[in-house]
Amino acid sequence: MTIGTAPPPDVTVPVAAPPEPRRRPAVPPPGLVLSWLLVLLVVAWAVFPGLFTAHGPYAGDPALSFAPPSWEHPFGADQLGRDLFSRAVHGAGTTLTATLVAVLVAFGAGTVIGLAAGYAGGALDTTVMRVVDVLLSIPSLLLAMVIVSVLGYSTYNVALAVGIASIASFARVMRAETIRVTHTDYVEAAHGLGVSRWGVVAGHVLPNALGPVLALAALEFGTAVIAVASLGFLGYGAPPPEPEWGLLVAEGRDFVALYPWISLLPGTVLALVVIATHRISTSLRPNR
Amino acid sequence: MARYLTAKVGRALFVVWASFTLTFALLFVLPADPVDLLFDPAERNSITPEIRAQVSALYGFDQPVLVQYLLRLGAALTGDFGTSVQSGRPVVASILDVLPGTLLLAVGSLALAVVAAFAIALVATYTRHRWLRDLVEALPPAAVSVPVFLLGILFIQVFSFTLGWFPSFGEVGAASIVLPLVTLAIPVSGPIAQLLVRSFTDEFASPYVVTSAAKGATRGWIVVRDVFRNASLPALTIAGITFGNLVAGAVIVETIFSRAGIGRLTQTAINTLDVPLVQGIVVFVSASFALINLVVDLVYPLLDPRLRAELRAGATAPVPARTERSPS
Repeated sequence: MTIGTAPPPDVTVPVAAPPEPRRRPAVPPPGLVLSWLLVLLVVAWAVFPGLFTAHGPYAGDPALSFAPPSWEHPFGADQLGRDLFSRAVHGAGTTLTATLVAVLVAFGAGTVIGLAAGYAGGALDTTVMRVVDVLLSIPSLLLAMVIVSVLGYSTYNVALAVGIASIASFARVMRAETIRVTHTDYVEAAHGLGVSRWGVVAGHVLPNALGPVLALAALEFGTAVIAVASLGFLGYGAPPPEPEWGLLVAEGRDFVALYPWISLLPGTVLALVVIATHRISTSLRPNR
Repeated sequence: MARYLTAKVGRALFVVWASFTLTFALLFVLPADPVDLLFDPAERNSITPEIRAQVSALYGFDQPVLVQYLLRLGAALTGDFGTSVQSGRPVVASILDVLPGTLLLAVGSLALAVVAAFAIALVATYTRHRWLRDLVEALPPAAVSVPVFLLGILFIQVFSFTLGWFPSFGEVGAASIVLPLVTLAIPVSGPIAQLLVRSFTDEFASPYVVTSAAKGATRGWIVVRDVFRNASLPALTIAGITFGNLVAGAVIVETIFSRAGIGRLTQTAINTLDVPLVQGIVVFVSASFALINLVVDLVYPLLDPRLRAELRAGATAPVPARTERSPS
């Protein structure tokens, strides 16, 4: 090894060094903390509504008709004198359960379909991807409306319809990831070691391909809340006495000129929840 | 090039055919008795078997499914999607009647949304103030998070009832379209702005920007002359998402502001279970989507010299990797 004759190989002109990754602060950003707190609070509303409000969601008091927000009734009351805070708290159960069902349907079916198509390849892959193309060519709200019109109007059918309408995007991401993982060295090595096909899929492909799909699921929560509430708003979800969030906004629509809180306060809760889930899903995304 | 063209056109035609088949399966085959769908649920039990049989024959439900499908597909190929159950008018005419209203709304909102998205991306890239950048970057996620129906009601409350600037519903006069335009533009601009901000930031960090700066270009010059030109093209890749947002938004905006259009027609058709009309609308929307994607696929290589070179070399790979999932 002679020193000084050959130029050291690793000293080169620094060409556009890759941007330094943003350092994660030790303390999580306050927006993220607030988002988690809000989501946990709303989940608590859904699970134990009785702890947060003493009023029933259906019992109307004629004396309270159109009562503005006050300490006793933070969101005021609607035309029948029903406490709107109570209706918003009880509505969390309906809306969030429907959202959860929708995301689980889309995630479950999408993962299985994408995994099968990506791993098997060939004719199955081509067929599945053509079907996915078609489903993606119909806006998901429109597709969900068509499905719910066939299934019948109810919150669970809305959840199912929203879920089915989003299967395609999950399948697409899962397929792409499966194909990427299937071509890695460790999967080939596993095959070479004589691991069965199912063993490879379950032990190597699935766990390594799931990351981006989980990130999509987190993002889908916000989208699904909006979709469920939108269908509720249009009248395809729970029937009127039910306190579903979209329906609450729809019910206050006729009174918005004089009594804006009936629509806007439950609507604000809905919007804040979606903003919070978006914030959380951004923080869960792997590379950024 | 010819092969590329054939593949793309074939794919678009396939999507339209398949959406026809899918809606046929959903609307005509899945329901236990499609005749049921044609009647008001409350009146279903009071309908005599004779009338049922008559209606069944009128819509061809008494024939085998495959025959029904082929008959409907054959008719659809000649532009005949049957007649609306509610109005008795041809489906195609019902759609074309309300199309101008929706087109005006959609094109106007899209223009507004694109301008807003570029403004956000330009400010976020140009500014040296951290707080301003953070503020502007927080706008797109907020825009996609607030449900359209809530935005509409909020705008009606503030700008119609409180300030009295614009009418709260109807379609008489130019002022009546302002609130619907803005309401629809906000959720549409969100994903475009998110994509542009990312793309502008990436381009701004690229070596040619350093070169430009080294040659003495000002920050504004770089952003407008270099980054703007190179970072705008990717916005075309989410044309599909944008279209979906416009359609979904139009359903809700037209309902809230009581405007005639495809969106409200869809809602009425679904509410009254007007099966032929629903199918016609879905196929129409999916055909529009396929057409937009086709145009993007064909125009993109013309705008991007790198892809043009690739195509000439005979590569048949799909052009831009489409990011269908909403970016954020």
